This record gives sequence, structure tokens and C-alpha cells, in this order.
Amino acid sequence: MNIHERKIPMPVSRRQVMIGAAGLSFAITLGSRVDAAEAASEGAGQALTPWVSVAPDGTITIMSAATEMGQGSMTSLPLIIAEELDADWGKVKIVPAPVNEKIYGNPGFGGMMYTAGSNAVRSYYDNLRLFGAQARRVLLDNAAKKFGVSVDELTTEPSVVVHSNSGRKLTYGEIATFAEIPAQAPEIKQESLKKPANFRLITKDVMRTELPHKVNGSAQYSIDVQMPGMLYGAVLRAPVEGAAPEKFGEAQVTAIKGVVKVVKLPYGLGVVAETPWAAFAARRLIESTVVWNRDGKAWGFDSDQGLQNFATTARDPNAKATDWFKLGDVRAELPKAASTFEAEYLCDYAYHAQMEPLNAVASVAESGDSAEVWCGTQSQTMAVEATANALGLDRSKVKLHDTLLGGGFGRRGPRDMDFLIDAVLLSKAVAKPVKSMWTREDDVHNGRFRPLSAHYLRAGFDASGKLMAWQHRLVGDRVTPFADPVRYEKAGKKDFILMLGADAKGYDVPHQLVEQVYEDTGIRTAPLRGIGFTANKFATETFMDEIAYKRGVDPMRYRLDLLAKTPRAHAVLERVAHMADWGRSRSGHGLGTAYIDYSDTQVAAVVEISIDRSSGKIKLHNVWCAIDCGVAVQPDNVIAQTESSIVYGIGLALTERVSIKDGAVEQSNFYDYIVSRNRDVPPMFVEVIQTNNKPTGVGQMATPLITPAVSNAVKALTGVRLRHAPFIEERVKKALA
Amino acid sequence: MVTSFVVNGAPTSTDAPPDTPLLWVIREGLKLTGTKFGCGAGLCGACMVHIDGKRSFSCQTQVSEVAGKSVTTIEGLSPDSNHPVQRAWLAERVPQCGYCQSGQIMSAADLLNHNPKPSREQIIEHMSTNICRCGTYQRIVRAVERAAREA
Repeated sequence: MNIHERKIPMPVSRRQVMIGAAGLSFAITLGSRVDAAEAASEGAGQALTPWVSVAPDGTITIMSAATEMGQGSMTSLPLIIAEELDADWGKVKIVPAPVNEKIYGNPGFGGMMYTAGSNAVRSYYDNLRLFGAQARRVLLDNAAKKFGVSVDELTTEPSVVVHSNSGRKLTYGEIATFAEIPAQAPEIKQESLKKPANFRLITKDVMRTELPHKVNGSAQYSIDVQMPGMLYGAVLRAPVEGAAPEKFGEAQVTAIKGVVKVVKLPYGLGVVAETPWAAFAARRLIESTVVWNRDGKAWGFDSDQGLQNFATTARDPNAKATDWFKLGDVRAELPKAASTFEAEYLCDYAYHAQMEPLNAVASVAESGDSAEVWCGTQSQTMAVEATANALGLDRSKVKLHDTLLGGGFGRRGPRDMDFLIDAVLLSKAVAKPVKSMWTREDDVHNGRFRPLSAHYLRAGFDASGKLMAWQHRLVGDRVTPFADPVRYEKAGKKDFILMLGADAKGYDVPHQLVEQVYEDTGIRTAPLRGIGFTANKFATETFMDEIAYKRGVDPMRYRLDLLAKTPRAHAVLERVAHMADWGRSRSGHGLGTAYIDYSDTQVAAVVEISIDRSSGKIKLHNVWCAIDCGVAVQPDNVIAQTESSIVYGIGLALTERVSIKDGAVEQSNFYDYIVSRNRDVPPMFVEVIQTNNKPTGVGQMATPLITPAVSNAVKALTGVRLRHAPFIEERVKKALA
Repeated sequence: MVTSFVVNGAPTSTDAPPDTPLLWVIREGLKLTGTKFGCGAGLCGACMVHIDGKRSFSCQTQVSEVAGKSVTTIEGLSPDSNHPVQRAWLAERVPQCGYCQSGQIMSAADLLNHNPKPSREQIIEHMSTNICRCGTYQRIVRAVERAAREA
């Protein structure tokens, strides 16, 4: 059976807009023509090109290199090409790019195809403009030849080349019928790219391309994939990474009607069945009968005790730490300080809770020498490589269909692609296509979390009271070495997912030192929306507030003064203060603020809260947020992503908490892992400050603002400082007692 | 044992065991995959359908319970995706990842069926049954208000 020849109906997916018509091929991108041919052969089997093709009917097909998890990159990246191409957006079809890193790799991730870090627009922006401009130039050159005029006499309107001297016009589709493609891409000078004032698409909102499919049930996620003869898989993983099953009621499981096979996996037990309900029934029976061995590091670990141990280490000046970030010389300057101030903050594990429980579909050939997989992944590269590694195959033998993602938030990009490998190994075991699905309980228990962390901060002031030195010693469970050992090595063993955001970037603090004390509890971890910023900005932005109080200065005023030399930062904070009417006191309510430079995006928020002292419940009444992400490619989507980030941040601030007992996750589902619902979300007011700076990210920048802003608001309202996130009711009640 | 019922106006039947969640019969038996699996516990609303015109968690409904009843899924809400709620959802650009939105839309349509002019508080309370992890809540409220206005 040659699985590559099987035709699978893919009703509406990222592939739904693939066109097969022969069209004009622009083999003119950064890649060579060989790369283009490879890409084309991986496309629809027709002469598609690396980024753009134009069909005689005028259809313009543009490749989308990023995966779509709700952040909008599937629209905004092709739109950047379309802008410089001067394409009629109504004629644009968007197609997911095949897995070919040489052409489609993300420059922000060393050329891997990986959608994360809110960097898709940021990383691809310059290249995509260039590719669009090159394609336009090829059309112009061909039209000039046809008309017998100089190319300088030609202009474009959307999808039309115009020779205004003679009134002649050629549509892009017409040019596609006769165009010749140069061997070398035309040179495009930076200054010939469109000026922002001339943008027709960038900075103008368009309907996101896949949105109509998301209101009628036709959008396809990997969990929706159907194949003839497909079986259903479920997997019960060991509660602790590294453990394996010792025994279980195999005979009872096999006896369940519809169960095809029980598969012993290195990390757990899998079952393949004819129906999903048989697979889940078998999974339940395995769960109630299995005995795990005690291999693996995390057995015995208790997160409450572990966090106290982290805190003890954090305040120990002799703890073995490595420098993460240094500015000036804190070790020399802090001892000379006229006065110092110190504080501690704690942060719990948190879970992604993407709405689509993790799943994948795999079809491994009976011979075992090739595989086809369907997967909602943040990294096409990792999905292909993990599958190839699991099967001992060359990656060219793996065909990936990347579908829409029912949420990502960092969970769908681990190097080992745990949820995909379940499907691959189960399919291999039965030599049939298998859809492997995790239950919500699996998704929580097998979660890979925002790490546990303790933060010790110390500030030094000179005789005039000016903040001179800042030290942050962070003790946190390692993330990058577990989530992505490859990038950890490439980064020189820097745990950037844990540590980013731990400095005081943006503020005028001449001496800064951030140290990491490495901890490895054995608990599974991952980047989670906002990565290190969620814990680290809780620490630094709460600390900044405490410093302001210490100096007797309004916390907004204090920040604005320290941001005087960073105008964009100053502008967002000043704007949000105005939006919130910061100076106006509200009876029974408190205001708190926070500011972040998140990978060059400037973002600031003010929250308004009240507290029910009898329960300890914090209620949010309003959130104001100002964001400067440079050129806002899709302004309404910037607002939507910021609202989304705020809501995610509210959950992390107030309720979302994973605890570990004897190495295992204590929570199971949405009754004990509490995410924000409609009634928990206050009115949100988001303003985008449009600047002509190069675009930077928006997908998660506001998330880390909320925890410190709430802590600061609670202080303003009650005089009590909350130091342990999330601010669950019992903690708040205890703190206020 | 065969269970017979109506889905989106068409009679259908299944031989799934009577205690099988309706959700899995809809998704994997009938291949109507717009109805989503989110929690399996009636907590998130991704699986929301209408049973005899009232919203119900299909993950908490055993297939035997719908014998002789009429089930509407997102695919059957309107013939051409033109239900006022669907139109409002696009006008307000509600969906992000989109995974929960079938359930959100089915909940919203149920609200407006029974209460054509709900107050903002009623909308928020009704829609708090459904979780959206992308946090599109503010736009959901706006879209329900729009649908009520424009229906």
C-alpha cells in the first residue's frame, strides 16, 4: 500500500483552498529554483511556487508558513505579500506551506517551521514584503515587454498593470498566460517598497480567511479528521515522567467489545479500538487496574513543599546561581547603596487548557517505511522529525497534514510531540490509520506546565533615593531543557523560556543582575502563553510598585519617571493612565498598573478591582490596556489578541493553579482547574498606538500584565501585598486577615 | 440495540451502546464534526447541541435518551450559515482558534430562541456555561447583542 497515493477527503482545513490549476510560477524567492521545484512537488502536484502563484483566472495563491491557532497569522502573513504584490485581496487564496524549511522556515527560530513566541509577523515581515515586491516586478517586466514600453511607465492597481499613457491594462491573470520567469529574482531596493501611507491592506482590517468556517462547524482540526478504516486510540501515560506500567488487567481490557489491541508503550499503555467509546472504556479500565513502577524523578515531589524549598534557596546568597542578565555592576554597586529594599514572590504551576484536547491521526504503512500524519502542531518541523525519529525513518518518508489548532498557547510545540507520537506508535502497532485522542483528564494529567518559581529581589538606592541597582535571583523548575533540548543546546544551555522577562527592561536602572538557580523536579514543563514573563513580570512589576511605595511616590508617576528615556514605553503608560483616569479614586475599588517591554512590544495596563473580604474573592471591574507593536498589520486583530491575552492573564492571576502530590498532578478537569468564564471578564478597553516601527508581536504580550497589576491594585485598595500567584480566594482571605 | 432519532431534520439511527455519549455518535458515527469534544464532563460547552429545541451537552447525553427526539447540530443551525447568530459572529469577528465556537453559537441561538431580547446580564449569565480559552467573551456578548438587534 502506498499511502501517499491515497486520496483523503479534507473538507475544510488549512488545505481547503489548495488550487491545482497550472498558473504562473514565481520561482524567484530567496530559495533556488531547485527549492521551488521541491516545494511545488509537495504542493498540489502542479507547478506551484514557493510563495506566490497566479492562475489565468486571476486567482493568486499565497503560501502560509505559520500554523493557525487563533492568532491570525494565516491571514496576516499572506496579506504582507499581497500588499507589495498589489494583489486584489478578494482573489487571494491561502494555502498552508509544505514542510520545506529552506523556503518557509521562520527566521526568528533559526529557520525551523515553528509558530510561537508571537513572532510570526515580526520574523517574516521584511522577507514577505520583498517576495511580494519581487513578484510584482516580474509582472511589470512582462507587461512592459508585451506593451513595448519602459517598465517605468507602468503602475499597478489591485491585480492590474496599468500603462496610463496609452490607457492599456493587463490583469495579473492575463499576464500569467504569457509571462516568462527570470532565472534570478529581480533586485528590489528597500526604498522602493510601499510607504506606510500607501498601504491598502497592512493596517486595514480584513476578514480573517478561515473565520467563515469557524461559525458553521466546517473548520477542520486534527480531531475532526476522518479516514476510511480508521481506528481509535487512547493512551494512559504514567503519572510521572519516566515511569512505566508494571501490571494491569490486560485480559479484562482485551475483552471489551470493540477493542482491537492493547499496546505497551515505553511511557504508558495504549489501546486501539473500533470506536472511540470502546477506546475510552478500555482506557478507564486500564486506569483502574494499572500499577506503575517508581522509575522517574518526580515521585515523592510535593509542589507546596517544593515551592517553600525554592524560596529558601532564592534568599540564600550562597546558593549556586548562574548569571542570566547583567547590566552595569550590581555586585560592586549594591553593597555601596545608601539603602536597600528586598522582597519575595512565588508562582505556581499553570496549565495551558487549550480547548481541543490533544490528539493526532497517523497512518503508518504496513511495511513501516513511511507514514502520513494529521496534527494540529505549532511546528511542522518538529512534527515531521519526531514522527521520523519514532519510526526510525528518514524525514522524507513522513507526510504531514497540519490542520487548524484548537488552541496552542505553547503546548503544541514540544520537541518530542508527545501527543502525535501516541498516534504514530498505535498506528504502527495495528498497521491501520489511528485517531488517538486524549481525554481532558489526560490533557491535564499529562500537562506540561508553566513552571513553579520563587523570586528574590533586592533594590539599592543612592543617598538621594534614586534606584541604582536591581538584583533578581530566580529559582524555577527548568523548562527549555525539558521542552526543547535541541534549542537548549543551541542557546548555549540557556533556559530562556524560564528566564525571559526577569530583568527591568525599559526602566532606567543602571545596574541590573538576574541570576538563575537551576532546579529540576522532574515535573513536565513547557512554554505557556507569555512564557517566563508571566511569573517574572509578576515579580518585577510588583517589586517596582513596592519600590514606589518605599519612595513615597505614586506607582504610575514612579514608573513614568523611570521610563523618561524610553519614549515608546512612556507613551503607552501615559496613554493607559489617561484611559483609566488614574488619578480618580473609586470608593471601594482599587487601581493597579503594570508595564512590560515584551520582545520590543510596549504594553501597559491598569486594572480596577474590588474584594469580597469574607470569601477572599477578587472581582475585576475594568481593564484598560495600551499597546504599541509598531506597524499593526491587522489592528482589529491586535485588539482581539490583546483582549485574549488579558483574559488568559486573569485566569493565571486569580484561579489557575496546578499542584503536585507524590509527583502526580492533582487536578483533572475544569471543575478543579478553573479558567475564566464570560462572567469573570470585565469590560476591556484596548488602544493600539500605531507607529511606523517594524511590527512586533501581539499574541501574548498583555497576559503577564494582569497578575502584577492585580497585586498592585489589591495593595492600593487594602494596603496588603499579595506575593503568591495565583491569588486564590483562600490565599487572599488569609492575607487580609 | 438500535437507537433512532432525527439529526438536522434527517432521520438516523445508530447501533452504538445505549450509554454512549451522543457526542461521539454525532462526531464519529455521523461524521458531523462541528460539534466538539472539550471536557467530556458537561463543564465547557464545546459539545453543545439542541435537543428538541433546547441546548444540551451532547457529552452528557446518552444516545438512548434521544430516541425519537430531534437533534440540531451547528451544521443544521441554518442551511447557508446565515443564522443571525452566525452573521453576528462574523460581524464582530468573534472566533480566534474557533474550537469552542460551535458550542458558543448553539448556546447563543438557544438563548435568543427563548428570550429574543435578553439583557446584557442575561447574556453573560447564559453564555458563562461555555468556556472560550481564547477569551473571546467580550465579543461574544457584543455578537449576541447584535444578533438580538438584527434578527
